Amino acid sequence: MTVRIDVTAPDDPRGGPVVANARLVGVDGLTSCRVTRVHHVDGALSPEELDRLCREVLIDPVVDEAVIDGVTPAQGRVVEVALMPGATDPDARELERAAANLGLQEIRVVTARRYDLIGDLSDTDVATLTRRLLANDTIEISTEGELPAEFAGVASADVRVDDVPLAELSDDDLLRLSKDRVLSLDLTEMQAIQAHFAGEGRSPTDAELETLAQTWSEHCVHKTFRARINLTHTSSDGEVTVSFHDGLLPALREVTEELNPPWLRSAFVDDAGIVAFDGYHDVAFKVETHNHPSALEPFGGANTGVGGVVRDVIGVSARPIACTDVLCFGPADLPDDELPTGVLHPRRIRDGVVAGIGDYGNKLGLPTVNGSVLYDPGYVGNPLVYCGALGILPHGSHPTEPQVGDRIISLGGRVGRDGIHGATFSSAGMDASTVDHVGSAVQIGDPITEKGLIEVIERARDAKLYNAITDCGAGGFSSSVGEMGEDLGVEVDLSVVPLKYPGLQPWEIWISEAQERIVIAVPPAKLEALQALCDAWDVEVTDLGRFTGDQRLVVRHGDTGVVDMPMAFLHDGIPRQELVGAWTDSAPVEVTTPVPTVAHVLQLLAHPNVASKEDIIRRYDHEVRGGTVVRPYVGPEADGPADAAVLKPLGTEGHKAVVLSNGICPSVGRHDPHAMALLAMDEAVRNLVAVGGDPDQVAVLDNFCWGDPTKADRLGSLVRAVQGCTDGARTYRMPFISGKDSLFNEFDGEAIPGTLLISALGLVPDLRRAIDSAGMQTGDDLWFVGANEGALGGSLASDLFDLDATRVPTPLDDPLLRYRAIHAAICDGKVTAAHDCSEGGLAVAVSEMAIAARLGVSVVVPLDGLDPFTALVNEAPGRLLLSAAREHRDALGAFLGDHGRRLGEVTAGDDIVFHLLDPAQGEDSNLEPIQITLTEAVAASTHGPSGPPKGATA
Amino acid sequence: MSVPILIPHASGTNRDLEAAQAIELAGGTATIAHVNELRSGTVQIADHAAILLPGGFSYGDALGAGGRLALELRTWFADELAAAAQASRPMLGICNGFQVLVKAGLLPGPMGEPRSVTLTENAEGRFECRWVTLQVEPSCRSGWLGAVGGTTIRCPIAHGEGRVAVSDDTTAARLEDGLVAFRYLADGARPTSDDPVAAGGAYPANPNGSVNDIAGICDDTGNIVGLMPHPEDHVLDWQRPSGPEGGSGLPLFEAFVAAAQ
Repeated sequence: MTVRIDVTAPDDPRGGPVVANARLVGVDGLTSCRVTRVHHVDGALSPEELDRLCREVLIDPVVDEAVIDGVTPAQGRVVEVALMPGATDPDARELERAAANLGLQEIRVVTARRYDLIGDLSDTDVATLTRRLLANDTIEISTEGELPAEFAGVASADVRVDDVPLAELSDDDLLRLSKDRVLSLDLTEMQAIQAHFAGEGRSPTDAELETLAQTWSEHCVHKTFRARINLTHTSSDGEVTVSFHDGLLPALREVTEELNPPWLRSAFVDDAGIVAFDGYHDVAFKVETHNHPSALEPFGGANTGVGGVVRDVIGVSARPIACTDVLCFGPADLPDDELPTGVLHPRRIRDGVVAGIGDYGNKLGLPTVNGSVLYDPGYVGNPLVYCGALGILPHGSHPTEPQVGDRIISLGGRVGRDGIHGATFSSAGMDASTVDHVGSAVQIGDPITEKGLIEVIERARDAKLYNAITDCGAGGFSSSVGEMGEDLGVEVDLSVVPLKYPGLQPWEIWISEAQERIVIAVPPAKLEALQALCDAWDVEVTDLGRFTGDQRLVVRHGDTGVVDMPMAFLHDGIPRQELVGAWTDSAPVEVTTPVPTVAHVLQLLAHPNVASKEDIIRRYDHEVRGGTVVRPYVGPEADGPADAAVLKPLGTEGHKAVVLSNGICPSVGRHDPHAMALLAMDEAVRNLVAVGGDPDQVAVLDNFCWGDPTKADRLGSLVRAVQGCTDGARTYRMPFISGKDSLFNEFDGEAIPGTLLISALGLVPDLRRAIDSAGMQTGDDLWFVGANEGALGGSLASDLFDLDATRVPTPLDDPLLRYRAIHAAICDGKVTAAHDCSEGGLAVAVSEMAIAARLGVSVVVPLDGLDPFTALVNEAPGRLLLSAAREHRDALGAFLGDHGRRLGEVTAGDDIVFHLLDPAQGEDSNLEPIQITLTEAVAASTHGPSGPPKGATA
Repeated sequence: MSVPILIPHASGTNRDLEAAQAIELAGGTATIAHVNELRSGTVQIADHAAILLPGGFSYGDALGAGGRLALELRTWFADELAAAAQASRPMLGICNGFQVLVKAGLLPGPMGEPRSVTLTENAEGRFECRWVTLQVEPSCRSGWLGAVGGTTIRCPIAHGEGRVAVSDDTTAARLEDGLVAFRYLADGARPTSDDPVAAGGAYPANPNGSVNDIAGICDDTGNIVGLMPHPEDHVLDWQRPSGPEGGSGLPLFEAFVAAAQ
């Protein structure tokens, strides 16, 4: 018997955002919205037991109203939304467990949300609200009126392993098979599989074919980054160069091996890169992308993006200690009629992604401390969600050698049909029909299960209970077990795998990417200790099989054979690709610049890429673990953007701290991807140095998000960006320690702008010397490091004021000299505040420092041979603003030498003043200064140049 | 003599390590134990001089923050809690721990009576993390909190369900009669005056819309205290955002450890 229980809090604030957002999707008639939590409880509970369950668990007597065994009377138009059967539903699971706590009979629960929409609404309005705000039909079902309870799982089906005959298939047939099964394999790969099984004289099983597709997917094997590539590059002045590239990944690894600093512990070989922290601890860092899932289901996509990258860090035996996120969306104010069919509105994607990141990171107890949010029309069909995680481990504590006879142990979540084909789906472009084919690839995370993994792995590591460990991510067991057993061979029995619900076929269990799982290799003698540990921490343990030593991948389901292949074919059988790239840098054009005005400065401050992101950042816990030294927003009103995050890992001695920063400038890449890479690296280092990081001990991660690499222009720009990375690594002496490529970021054949994220990990030698952008005092000198440059290509000003500039700033030849000088001055305590000069140039950097400190500033904008506008807004690399007490003027001057000069001072007033020089008359000239008040600057940064919006929320 | 303080951990608890750090800095000895270990008897509640329920998202805060752990306290540990109360052992709940104590009926108590106080969705309708300034209410009847009565603490909040709500005016009046332990001050992130003024319901100084700016309460005996903000995240000087000195949460933990002695 199923009983329905409705619970609602009359003053629940969650209806408010629905009303505000309704206006944004063109429904003005909604006046209020009441949200009700619906629970369908299936079981043999007596009325007394049901009442007890409600009183003890479901209903808060202070704020809730409830309808037990009935339906809430409608207050308006009613829409009900539920997760598709089988999706992760923690509320349902916890209610089932609570019933067990109370000693009640076993129950099964599904939950739903009900919206009572009150106001003057047409049928179209209700449909619009349902589709655009209330439900996502990728993972949810919805209806107007009551939704019946639907429980997951079918009666246990017979275990079936089907052969997939390949022998007779033509090339067209092979390609069709690849597409129909979402294998994302190309013709040469399908032919290689066909030939292999022809040699064995049999057909592959469904599971064997799927295993190959997972292991050979772009996502897992990075075939573009291993391909042989011929590049034709045309520079901005028309010079054509043809070059051959024997693998992009080897090129990145080569420069790391060449630099090989003593503090480098592990690069590229494991789930995350590792560098030394202090004498006892190492830190591990990884950044992943979760773009396609976030496009379809923003909350779940970002949620599982965080979960995935945190598992990468667990996968090198580290305790995760912080998260980062960099997000690229279409414009939040995109007109509805410009939204392509099959795409969620950028605002909805943003809100869902932000909620998903917050939900997972907050619940794991990880501070989310560094990131960026970019808006650009190029991301409308395909947003980017970069999720990073930092971890810490005792030096030398990460075992990487499974032994013959070790048991293959899976820890954590159960397996369901959700999360099938994630790896292969992310290795193809998207269009309006994508969701129909791969809805199953999208999942909702379960951070509490992952939290259990964190606790258990840390303890298992310290007790030396395992010999090897890996994250179970893309490709599920097929990838994690297949990779871990590459050298030894494995034998696995799928019949013991705990399932969320019955009815999964062996191939589905084998490749499901169900979240929150880690696989470890455990000597049989240590199983008992592991089991006891996991029992204490509520983590489920499954013994899947063993490492055999016969170099074969053998998978059974009970007595039924599922997979039997040599590891050699699985890992080395993939044909190497031969690709052709072609890229032409933008030719320079003449740019006419205006006379700079107050309006220019305010418009720059109000641009969504510059304006305050506090609405987003405050939804992330950036304080948990008590180690945050420099937080995302600083200053007396806690609204000045920090350049980088400084963290003191809990449980470490001394005053050394970690610093995390990032650099990203896709607008530059549109004109010159090689320069983009160098400028992004410069930005990352600049940000890191600004808070006190040491420029001589920086490790970086590359994250390439590009379009379809089989198209010559996409590949050409990708190769140029990789060349920029290898050149930059040498210039900045920064090794790449890990990376990730996400290709096929296209919608309907339109590629995103090739986007490189550089994430930097560095050290602050003494956290007591860490500074931020807000520490300046009245009377301090303001100093400027670096020089302006006239190239406005890729700048915010060029975009905002339609200048159509194409020439991009020149990367620096020897940037370390100036960064070392600044670092020495900071370590000597001579700098009170520092801020990076990037998007919006000096105009923004000076204003942001004033906002952060809530003090006035007065500066003379150095022309450096330019017109006043260009001098004010250019985005040349290598520039920072510093403040320092006047008494340290000589000392700071000595530290900075030729790299720095004084621009002006910090004032007690309320004004931000830019004094402008006349290029014709030089330093003695005096044009009309630009003067804005702090209040105006804050208003622009918070609400845009025209003040607060009316009614809308985030 | 070391003072053994128990820090229970339920799946999803996450500020236990910082809480332990604060206890150790305050001179106590912290033991973090999973609820399963307490239940199996591997770790005994009775062996500890005080209990600190830390922050986090016990069981994911499904079904309302702290609800399921509160149920476990009531169903599995009622005898141990009664014994602790009998012995006047202090108990402190922070954030999720506060939510658990309220949902279990221990705050403001007494357990077993119909609840008239709760912690529910922030008025802004979302999770929020920011620094706030608190005052330890001078008129609070908690004996052990008296050692820091009237002082201010600067520390972060990080919660989505931190709004103190009451069922009626009678309950509000009962809280004002010595049960209010902490209030949000108007200073917000950075104290600027020596003369504490309550936030007056204004966001963001009162970050969640709590009635009468209440950030924490105690029970009738004063032994059990709970609060939403995180004083354990400000026990070292460098943890504080740049700005004036002071406002450390450490004296609060020192008072707690002293009371447990």
